[in-house]
Amino acid sequence: MITFGPLGFTTPLMLWALLILPVIWFLLRAVPPAPVRRIFPAVGLLLGLKDRDSQSDRTPWWLLLLRMMALACVIFGLSGPVLNPQIAREGDGPLLVVLDGSWASARDWQQRQSHVIEIINEAGRNARPVAVVSLTDLPVGDLTFTSADTARSQVAGFAPAPWQPDSDQFAQWATALSDQAFDSFWFSDGLAYDGRGDILDTLSDFGRVTVFEGARPVYGLEPVVFEDERLEFTVRRVANATASEVQINAIGPDPSGREVILGAGSANFVSGADTATMSLAMQPELRNRVQRFVIKDQATAGAVSLADDGLHRREIALISNANQEGLDLLDPLYYLRKALEPGADILTGEFGDILPASPDVIILADVADLPANDKKALTEWVEQGGLLLRFAGPRMAASDLSRDREDGLMPVRLRRGGRSLGGAMSWGDPKGLLPFDDTSPFYGLTIPDDVLVTSQVVAQPDPNLSDRVIAAVEDGIPLVTRKRLGQGRVVLFHTTANADWTSLPLSGLFVSMLERLSVSTRRTAAAPDALAGTTWAPDRVLDGFGRVHEAKDLAGVDGELLVQARPSRQTPPGLWRMEGQTIALNVMQTGQELATARWPAHVTVEGFEGAKETLLSGWFLLTALAFLLVDALATLALTGRLGLSGLKRTAAVMTMVAAVGFLTPSETVAQANISADQQAISVTSEVTFAHVLTGDDAVDNIAKAGLRGLARVLILRTSIEPALPVGVDVEQDELAFYPFLYWPISPVQPDLSDAAIARLNAYLRTGGMILFDTRDVGLASSNGPNQRKLRDLAGVLDIPALETVPQDHVLTRAFYLLQEFPGRHRSPNVWVEAAPARQEKIEGMPFRNLNDGVTPVVIGGNDWASAWAVTERGQYMLPVGRGRAGRQQREIALRFGVNLIMHVLTGNYKSDQVHVPELLQRLGN
Amino acid sequence: MNHPPVTARALRRGGAEISASLPPLLAAAERLAQTVLPGLHGRRRAGQGDEFWQYRPATDSDELRHVDWRRSAKSDVNFIRQREWQLARTVMFWVDPGASMRYSSDKNTPEKSTRASILTLACAMLLQRGGERFGLIGATPSDDISAGSGDTQILRMTQALEALNTGEADDFASPDLRTLRPNTQLVILSDFLNDPKVFSQAIDQASAAGVTGLTLQILDPAEEAFPWQGRTIFESKSGALRHETLRAIDLRDRYLDRLNARKAQIRDHSTGAGWQHSCHHSDASAATALLWMYQALERRHL
Repeated sequence: MITFGPLGFTTPLMLWALLILPVIWFLLRAVPPAPVRRIFPAVGLLLGLKDRDSQSDRTPWWLLLLRMMALACVIFGLSGPVLNPQIAREGDGPLLVVLDGSWASARDWQQRQSHVIEIINEAGRNARPVAVVSLTDLPVGDLTFTSADTARSQVAGFAPAPWQPDSDQFAQWATALSDQAFDSFWFSDGLAYDGRGDILDTLSDFGRVTVFEGARPVYGLEPVVFEDERLEFTVRRVANATASEVQINAIGPDPSGREVILGAGSANFVSGADTATMSLAMQPELRNRVQRFVIKDQATAGAVSLADDGLHRREIALISNANQEGLDLLDPLYYLRKALEPGADILTGEFGDILPASPDVIILADVADLPANDKKALTEWVEQGGLLLRFAGPRMAASDLSRDREDGLMPVRLRRGGRSLGGAMSWGDPKGLLPFDDTSPFYGLTIPDDVLVTSQVVAQPDPNLSDRVIAAVEDGIPLVTRKRLGQGRVVLFHTTANADWTSLPLSGLFVSMLERLSVSTRRTAAAPDALAGTTWAPDRVLDGFGRVHEAKDLAGVDGELLVQARPSRQTPPGLWRMEGQTIALNVMQTGQELATARWPAHVTVEGFEGAKETLLSGWFLLTALAFLLVDALATLALTGRLGLSGLKRTAAVMTMVAAVGFLTPSETVAQANISADQQAISVTSEVTFAHVLTGDDAVDNIAKAGLRGLARVLILRTSIEPALPVGVDVEQDELAFYPFLYWPISPVQPDLSDAAIARLNAYLRTGGMILFDTRDVGLASSNGPNQRKLRDLAGVLDIPALETVPQDHVLTRAFYLLQEFPGRHRSPNVWVEAAPARQEKIEGMPFRNLNDGVTPVVIGGNDWASAWAVTERGQYMLPVGRGRAGRQQREIALRFGVNLIMHVLTGNYKSDQVHVPELLQRLGN
Repeated sequence: MNHPPVTARALRRGGAEISASLPPLLAAAERLAQTVLPGLHGRRRAGQGDEFWQYRPATDSDELRHVDWRRSAKSDVNFIRQREWQLARTVMFWVDPGASMRYSSDKNTPEKSTRASILTLACAMLLQRGGERFGLIGATPSDDISAGSGDTQILRMTQALEALNTGEADDFASPDLRTLRPNTQLVILSDFLNDPKVFSQAIDQASAAGVTGLTLQILDPAEEAFPWQGRTIFESKSGALRHETLRAIDLRDRYLDRLNARKAQIRDHSTGAGWQHSCHHSDASAATALLWMYQALERRHL
C-alpha cells in the first residue's frame, strides 16, 4: 500500500494504467463518432455535396475530458483507494487483547469494542490466534488462544466493571501462563492506578505490548457531602487544557414512584484544572428522595454518587407526658434531643398532629398507656414500617401496661414495679452491661465501664423473651428488647431516656445504639469500629455504565470492611443495607484524584478514535458510471439522435436515476423534512393506528402489515375506518395523535431516553393504549431476550398493576364474544390492568360491575401482528396454525384485534350495558 | 417506419372518407367535337346516350329493332328515336410506384405512397360520382387499368394501388405512357425525386398526344426540413444510393437550395405544358390536396 496524505491505495500497481490515458486521448480524438444510418429518399439531391470542414469528425474536447475522467475513475477505483488507511500491524504468533474493563472504559465502550473487533479481524487476516481478557474479569483457568471468529464472538460478552483492575490478581493469574509467548494489545482506560506498571511489566515478559487509549475526557463524582444545609459536590477529571462545564443531576422518585431529575446544577472546570466544585441547596423533602447524583451524559459508574443515610434526615417524633415545667436536665427527652438533633429533624407535639406527618421514628419516653384510637393509629403506623422506640420510667413502672397480657405496642410483658440496684434500699450495686450477643444489632459496640444501670423495669420471662432481648445487664436481666410488628419494630429500653435510672444516656454508647437502631444516622463516614460486627448486604449495585441494578445473590460484608473497602468484585459499588440503614459505596472515593496513565517510552501508545478507514472503490466506480451515463447522453446529443422531445424524456430519466441513486438512502431525512404540522394533520384527520419502530426492519414490516390487515378487517366488519398505519419513533414523534400503539418487542431496540419515557407516560396517562407483544408465546417462566427487553422497557413506564384477562373483562365482549386471544400463538397469558379490588360479582349478573377505565396496556406474546399481517394486495403474509384449525385461529386473532380496537375507541361502553335490563325495567314502570 | 399493411379495404375507406364531403365532380366537356368516347354530357348530336335527341325518318339501312313504333304509328313513315350522344371524360392516374415513395419520417405521418393512393382513389370516386371514366397507368403496360367507371373499377384500382405499395420496387420509377389514349387527362402523383428529365419527357409525350393533366408533388416534411445534424449516412430506400456526411447540418442549406430548384423545375415544366402543378406534404391535410385536384380537373374543362 502507498499513501498520499489521508488517501492510500491497496493495489498501487494499478495506477500505472493512468499512463495509457494520453494514448486513449489521442485515439479517441482521431476516431469520429459513429455515424447514424438514415433512410432518406432525397439522397439523390445530396449526392456530390461536400462537407465544408472536417472539425466535427473529432470528438469535442469536453466529451473527451469526460471520458478520460470516467476512465481515470475506473483506474482509481480498481487500485483500491482507502481513505484514512489504518497502518497494518504486522506480526505473527498469538495475540492477547487486554481490556482494562474498568468504569473509566465505559465512556467509549462501543468504540473500544468496535476497535477490538477490527484488531481481531486484522489478526484473523494474519492467521494469528487471539484471546481477549478483561483485567476486571479475568478468566478462570488457562488462557486459550482461539481463532479470530471465536474471539470476535466473545467480544460482545465483555462489559466494563465498576471497579479498577487489581494487579495482584493479575499477577496471580499470569503466573499460570508462565511458558507462553504472545503479543499484547492493551486497551487502557487512560487512568493511572496502582499496579498498572506491574501489569505492564508482566505483559512485557510475554512479548510486545501495544497500548490503545481513547481521548474522551473522564469525569468522576466524589461522594456528595452534606454540610450547612447544602450539598457539596466535587467533580474530578483528568487534567486537560480546556475549560468545560458539567451538569450534575440529582435523580430520585417523584411522588408517583417514577425516576425524575429532582435537582440540577453545573460545575465549571477552569482551564487546566482537574477539580471543580459545586454546591446545591435542596429542600429536605426533595433531598430525602434523592437516590443518586450523576454527571449528565457521562455513562460511567465513576460519574455516579449514590445517596445514603448521610443525606437523608429522618423525622423523629418525641413524645412524653412528663410535666414540662421541670428542669431541662430532668426532662425525659433532653438527652434524646441532644443525641438526635445533629442528624435528624425532630417533631414534637400531639399525637393527632404527628402521625399525619408520617415520621420515620416515634419515641415515647415514659409513656404508659395511650387512648384507644391513638393506639390503633400508632399500631397501624408501626405495621406499615415505623419504628416505635419506648423508654421506661416511673410512670411505666407504676402502670399496668403490658402486665398480664402483652401489649401490642410493647415487646415484652413487664413485672410490677421493676427493680433498683445500688440504692440505699437495695441489695446489689449498680450493674454494667453484658457484651452484646452476635445476634444483636448492637454487636461489636464497645461498652464503656462507666455505663451503669440503677433502675429498670423487668420483663416477665416468657417463652419468646430470649429472642427479643438485644441488650442485657450483667445479671442477664433484659435491658433492651425488641419485637417486630408488621413491617415495623417496637423497641423498649427498660430504663429511662434521661439520667434518672442509668448513666447510659450520658455515654457515647447511647448515640451508637440509636444509630444501630437506625433511629439516627451518621453525619460523616462512620469509624470502622463503630460498624464492627455488623453485616451489610448489597441492596442496589452499579454496573460499569453507572446504571443501578437490583443486587441479586451477592454475599453480605462485615461493616468494618465495608467502610474501608474500595470497589471490587467482592464489594461492588452500590447501596449496602443493614436493618433500616444504608451505606453507599461509591466508585470515586473522597479525595481520589484522576490522573492519566503514564507509559514507559518503549511502549507504543495508539489512539483508536481516529478517522475510520473508508474504502472508496465503490465511489470511484460509481462516479465513473455517472460519467459514462453523461457521456452516452452527450454522444446521443452530438450525433443528433436526441431530439428536443428526447431531451425532455432523457431529463426525466436522469431525474429518476438521480432520485433512485441519491435520494433513496436519505428517505428518512426526507420524511423528517415533511413538516410536523402536515404529518399531524394527516394522522389526525382519520383514525390512525401506529406501531412503534423497533429498529428491526423485519419486525417493523410485519407490524405495519399487521395493522394494515387489522384495518382492513375493521373497515369490512365495523364502522371504524382507520387510515393506513404509521410507524412512530417514540424518541421523536408525537404520540398523542394515535389512539393505539402496537409495540412489538425486539431485543435490538435501544433503551428509552428520559424524554421518551416522559412522553410515553403522558401518552398512557391521557388515554392511549399500548399493546406490547413479545412475540415469543410469553411463557410465564421463560426468560427470553424479548421478555427481558420488555421488562427493561416497561420497567421505566408508568404501568399499573396487571392481571391476566379475567373472564368478564370487556375485551371478551367489546364486539365479538371471545374466550381466548390468540395471534400466531395461542397463549392464555395476556395481561391487562387489574380490576379494582373489592368488586364482587352481583348475584344474577353475568359480569362484575367494572365500568371505569380502559386498560392502558395489554401485554402478551402471541405475535398478533403476524396473524393479522397482509400484503398490500391483501394476501396473508404468514401461515397460522394448520388447515382448518389455523384458519379458525386467524379468525379469532382478527376478532381479538377488532375487540381490542373497540375497547380502545369505545372504552367500557359494552360493560355499561349490564345496566340495560334495569333501565328497561324502569322504563316499563 | 412500421405501418400497418395497406389493405384494399383501408384504402377504400380512406378514399371514401375524404371524398364524402365534396360535390359531384362535373367535368367540363372540352373538345366536345373530338370526343371519341360517349359521355354523360350532351354532344348536341345523335349518338349513344340516355337523353332523347330527335326522331328521324328511318332509312333502309336502319335495323327494324331501332324503329320507335309509338312515334311511327302517328304517321306513315317509320321513325327512329335518336338519343343525344353523351361524352364521359377520361382521367388517367399515374401513381409513382418507386420505393422512394414508401417513406415517412415520422410514425404519425403516412408514407408518401399511401397518401398518393388515397388521393387517387378519392379523386376516382368523385369522378365516378360525376359519371366520369378513370383508369390507372401501371408500372408496366400490362398493369394498366384501362378507363372505366363503376364500383368495380374503383375496386380494381384499389387492388392495383395496393399491389403498387407492397411489391418489390426500384428507388425511382418513370411513367410509361405508351398506352395512354389521346384526349384524356393525366394525373401524375409523385415525389419527383427521380431524374427530372424523365418527367419532362413524360409530360412532353403526353402533351404531344393531346393529353393535359396535373402534376402533384408529394413530399415528406423531413424532406423539406432536413432536420439532421451529426454524422450521418443517408441511404435511399433500397440502399442503392448513399451519401455520408460528418455534419448533416452543414448540408441543410445546400440541400434545400437543390430541393427548391427541383420543385421549380417540375413546376415550370408542368405549367409550361399547360398542366397544373402543386406540391403537397404528406403531413398536411389530404382533403386540401383533393380539393386542389378537383378544382384543377374542373378548371381545365371550363
